[in-house]
Amino acid sequence: MRFPGNTGKAVQRGTPRTATRVFKKWTVAVPGMIVAIYLLVALFGPVIAPYDPVATNLTDRLLCPGCETSSGSIAWLGTDATGRDMFGQIVAGTRTSVLIGSLTVSLCALVGLIIGLPAGYFGGLADLALSRVIDILIAFPSIVLAIVVAGLFPRGLGVVVVALSLSGWVSFARLSRSATMSTKEREWVAAARVMGVPARSVLVRHVLPFLAGPMVALIALEFGLIILGEAGLSFLGIGLPASTVSWGQSIASGKEYLATAWWISAFPGIALALLVIMVGLLGDQLNSRYQRGGSR
Amino acid sequence: MAGMIARRLALGIFVLWGAVTLMFFLIRVAPGDPAATMLGPDATLEEIEALRGRLGLDRPVALQYLSYLGQLLTLDFGVSARSNLSALDLVLSRLPATMQLTLSSATIAVIVGLSLSLAGSRRPDGVLDRVFSVISICFQGMPTFWVGIMLILLFSLRLRILPSYGAGSLRNLVLPAVTLALPFVAIIARISRATFTEAMREPYIQTALSKGLTSGQALRGHAFRNAVGPVVTIIGLQIGTMIGGAVVVENVFAWPGLGTLIVGSVANRDYAVVQAAVLIIALFVLALTLITDIANAWLDPRIRTGGVS
Repeated sequence: MRFPGNTGKAVQRGTPRTATRVFKKWTVAVPGMIVAIYLLVALFGPVIAPYDPVATNLTDRLLCPGCETSSGSIAWLGTDATGRDMFGQIVAGTRTSVLIGSLTVSLCALVGLIIGLPAGYFGGLADLALSRVIDILIAFPSIVLAIVVAGLFPRGLGVVVVALSLSGWVSFARLSRSATMSTKEREWVAAARVMGVPARSVLVRHVLPFLAGPMVALIALEFGLIILGEAGLSFLGIGLPASTVSWGQSIASGKEYLATAWWISAFPGIALALLVIMVGLLGDQLNSRYQRGGSR
Repeated sequence: MAGMIARRLALGIFVLWGAVTLMFFLIRVAPGDPAATMLGPDATLEEIEALRGRLGLDRPVALQYLSYLGQLLTLDFGVSARSNLSALDLVLSRLPATMQLTLSSATIAVIVGLSLSLAGSRRPDGVLDRVFSVISICFQGMPTFWVGIMLILLFSLRLRILPSYGAGSLRNLVLPAVTLALPFVAIIARISRATFTEAMREPYIQTALSKGLTSGQALRGHAFRNAVGPVVTIIGLQIGTMIGGAVVVENVFAWPGLGTLIVGSVANRDYAVVQAAVLIIALFVLALTLITDIANAWLDPRIRTGGVS
């Protein structure tokens, strides 16, 4: 059985083997710190920059980055068409992206584990059914499936999470399935089985711990894809309700004013791209660390 | 080889049935009555009931499902609620634009991605290799719809050398095709770099190098042909993902393809068109998977003869 799709990432080689120690440290420390800053902003955003997503201030509309607002403060990243501060909007959007990313990736990992572990351990019909369901799901490009689901149901956080999870769990199920298949051949699992330990305990105590490493790497890689997906849905206007702040919506709303106010689209996109790139770098580092360890 | 193709075809038909079924039930569980949505807010209850009867929505779900399957077998995807045109005709009229965009992007991605990886893996971990891998990571992390808008800002609004929307000429194609290609340049470059560098560690490459070939010659003459299998697989599968990417990119550039059709139809609750468009995309993805498998079998005698895989 060949499993195509975005798990291609999971089998890539990460860092070059001859990389110097300094380079290796640097490639973990810098993305790690930047991601940590994003998480802090997501947690404490309202304290750093209080932001009202529905407030309008027409005297301050379309101010350039660094301009002074009517209240005397400086809009470092400019303002949008309704006079809302872009910096505040980006901070508020961080919270949305991180929240949706964390919720979705947790749901995907959980569903993937619950389905993939027994499928890999028991094999047979359960495994075959899983493979066929995955075959059907990956016939749709994941963003198309998300667009259809998010578009059919009323806009809301839960719908976006489910829409993105619908194809997101697949890579987690594949990883837990294949890792379980190889771990169950090991001596300690056989020993536990011979001693009559129930299958559920074998899975949780003797198989699951060996999945943790590759799982964390996959969580990082998928997190980036999921927040890109959320921003894409919001950009198309079928993601979160218009009352929530999302980078995707900000980018879309700036398209209209591109000729006069480029900053409305530009800055949220930079915030989004930087987060995705840094999370991806971290995921790659973790992935190459666990490549020769747990997953084989 | 014929056996393999037959098996893959059977699996493909099963998956197609699954995809049809998934779409049918997704639309049935979605809130909102299709008949009421089609008629708009001014319709009376009697009108809605009459339309429900005509559409067969008052029958049991199992019956609806069977008659739906029957209709699909005769290529009847229903009628667009908005324009009263056949949903399939609408989808087919948009298909060439999406194919043009996807294939142009795929060509760019394969040429640029392979060149980057070939140039980089001649000397793994060299300066060039490092620079390319950083570029790849950036390309992969940037949201396409944002890249598209930034390219419009630069090339259409500031430099005024390329049109920002629409289709028809080659100049219209440049920005959408480049936008869509970028993440796939990165994916193809990264995966082929990994397979090429792995192949460069094989004993036969050591032999080639000790015979006096340069690393570039060894890579092109020996490693490339042995390592190209997985790269072909990735390209085949990524073109499927690319169709998904095109759905988003089309909406940035108002490209008249399936993507703008799907997003517009989802917004208007035009179920027949959504279904037809999504199923046509699934059909393409399946066909691509099949073609990729056949190409791989043709490239690699081990798969063809059922030996070591």
